[in-house]
Amino acid sequence: MSTKLEQRKIRKRIQWRKQDTELTLLALPTLIWYILFSFLPMFGMIIAFKNFKISGNFISNVLESPWVGLKNFEFLFKSNDAWIILRNTIGYNIIFIILGIVLPVMFAIMISLLHSRKAGKVYQTMMFLPYFLSWVVVSAVGWAFFSFDKGILNQFLVGIGQEPMNWYMEPQYWPYILIFLNIWKSIGYGMIIYLATITGIDSTYYEAAVIDGASIWQQTRFITLPMLKLVIVMMFILAVGRIFYTDFGLFYQVTRDSNSLYNVTTTIDVLVFKQLKTATVGMASAAAFVQSVLGCITILSANWIVKKIDSDSAMI
Amino acid sequence: MAKRTYQSGLEKFNRTSKSVNALFTLIFTLLAIACVVPVIVVLSISLTDESYIRETGYSILPTALSADAYAYIAKQGTMILRALGVSVLVTAVGTVLGVLLTTTMGYVISRPAYKLKNFLTWVVFIPMVFNGGLVSSYFINTNFLGLKNTIWALILPLAVSSFNVIICKTFFKSTIPDGLIESAEIDGASQLRTFTSIILPISLPVLATIGLFLCFGYWNDWFQSMLYIDNQNLYSLQALLNSLMTNADALARNSISMGVSFAELVATMPKESARMAVAILIVLPVACAYPFFQRYFISGLTIGAVKG
Repeated sequence: MSTKLEQRKIRKRIQWRKQDTELTLLALPTLIWYILFSFLPMFGMIIAFKNFKISGNFISNVLESPWVGLKNFEFLFKSNDAWIILRNTIGYNIIFIILGIVLPVMFAIMISLLHSRKAGKVYQTMMFLPYFLSWVVVSAVGWAFFSFDKGILNQFLVGIGQEPMNWYMEPQYWPYILIFLNIWKSIGYGMIIYLATITGIDSTYYEAAVIDGASIWQQTRFITLPMLKLVIVMMFILAVGRIFYTDFGLFYQVTRDSNSLYNVTTTIDVLVFKQLKTATVGMASAAAFVQSVLGCITILSANWIVKKIDSDSAMI
Repeated sequence: MAKRTYQSGLEKFNRTSKSVNALFTLIFTLLAIACVVPVIVVLSISLTDESYIRETGYSILPTALSADAYAYIAKQGTMILRALGVSVLVTAVGTVLGVLLTTTMGYVISRPAYKLKNFLTWVVFIPMVFNGGLVSSYFINTNFLGLKNTIWALILPLAVSSFNVIICKTFFKSTIPDGLIESAEIDGASQLRTFTSIILPISLPVLATIGLFLCFGYWNDWFQSMLYIDNQNLYSLQALLNSLMTNADALARNSISMGVSFAELVATMPKESARMAVAILIVLPVACAYPFFQRYFISGLTIGAVKG
């Protein structure tokens, strides 16, 4: 009896049912989208190893253009800028990751400690606003502040008797400006995620702590922070996995693509875009290839390390 | 009732001192102002008289009020109104299409008995860790799919994101009881029918979340225009603002110039304030809408962050 039932169960599992056909049809449009916009580009990456010419049909072009082996990569890494670009990409990202975790966690905890819940909500909403502004708009705002002849900052400098400054020509200030803008734009997003976790913490933990005479600082240190650990680790992996990717809008739009700022604002994404626009495909495709492969390796290894430490927080 | 007073009593007892609270309030007030000021700056520039801007420059608060820029847009801003139309169209079509593509896939890979579940889950998952990169996507979209200078270049590439599909899958898996779908199957409903008349109506929260992500994403997108659109008639508001940042004179092009020469139009037009007025057209709907939809964002972001 039981074996018969098991057999029927197994058959049911193997047999292709009407539902399966219907579900496949339901998923078909999205599957086609994935093939066209995600998987086809993955195969298109072989152009990094070819002398690719843009003209006519793409597929036959890819197949017919001659192999050049690693020449495109040689060209990329022999250029003087290769290491500047790598330094910018990784350097900015390390700072963004550290500040992008420390500051939102700190402010989320502080906002949860405010006496007035309503005020907290209002602050949180206001600080979420920059997240919804596009980099083009931020660039327009930046122009209002940094413009040479009409900018607010130069009016202020003149007002206190200083010389006005040509901000878009002065590379020494831009690392700070870029870091500030990145944090400014993303802080609301981070705070919301951490705050959602904090409000979800069971209040009995705090009650027990109060009975034991724990101070607010001790409650934060021994209850709130440990409860946030899982989310912090998650956000950390996601950020580390994207360490070879930068926010193109921040580095290209906000700086108005100023040539004087080249050394402090060029990241892999900016390089790829600029090369693509000047139609020197070889170097652009090599840089994009390096970015994709390194990005994949970092995200998998970040996940692997987290899995070793705490298998529950791993993504895969 | 008793519990409530006890809890609020505890809350009153277990909180920061008044001076610390005052310090925190001060810090957050400053931070909040820093986050809102940009919008105020843009708004006040758009409302400032053009000759005043030319003489003294931009200012944080408007000093010489004037609605010239908006009057100009209403009267002669064919180009701006056209861009507004493109933005609205792309956002509307993109959001509807994106929600359909995302939820169907999310539903299908949430069905435990489905035969191709594992295969499709990999299809969704792989792009999250690996992608073909900008160069190869660019050539596929332009040379192979022929999207260059079409409105679809602004819509299709952004329609699906694996992150959104996973949010949908997690939602369907955790909130919809299997019994509900099985009973529909027993009643002879097709999967499409089950999906449209049973699943979607009870999944409004996740539809709202995905719809909002897509809606704000499309509205704020400028990168696709920068890559694929050269034709000014297909400029969205973002693309228009982007081109105005380098060349404000372009605004005068295509406007209804009845007996007025291009040069004259450029000279009389309120360039600086009109440029910022375009920024306001972009920002205002977003700034007014997001506080009301914030909770859907929060639910989406937290589902996504907890298990990506």
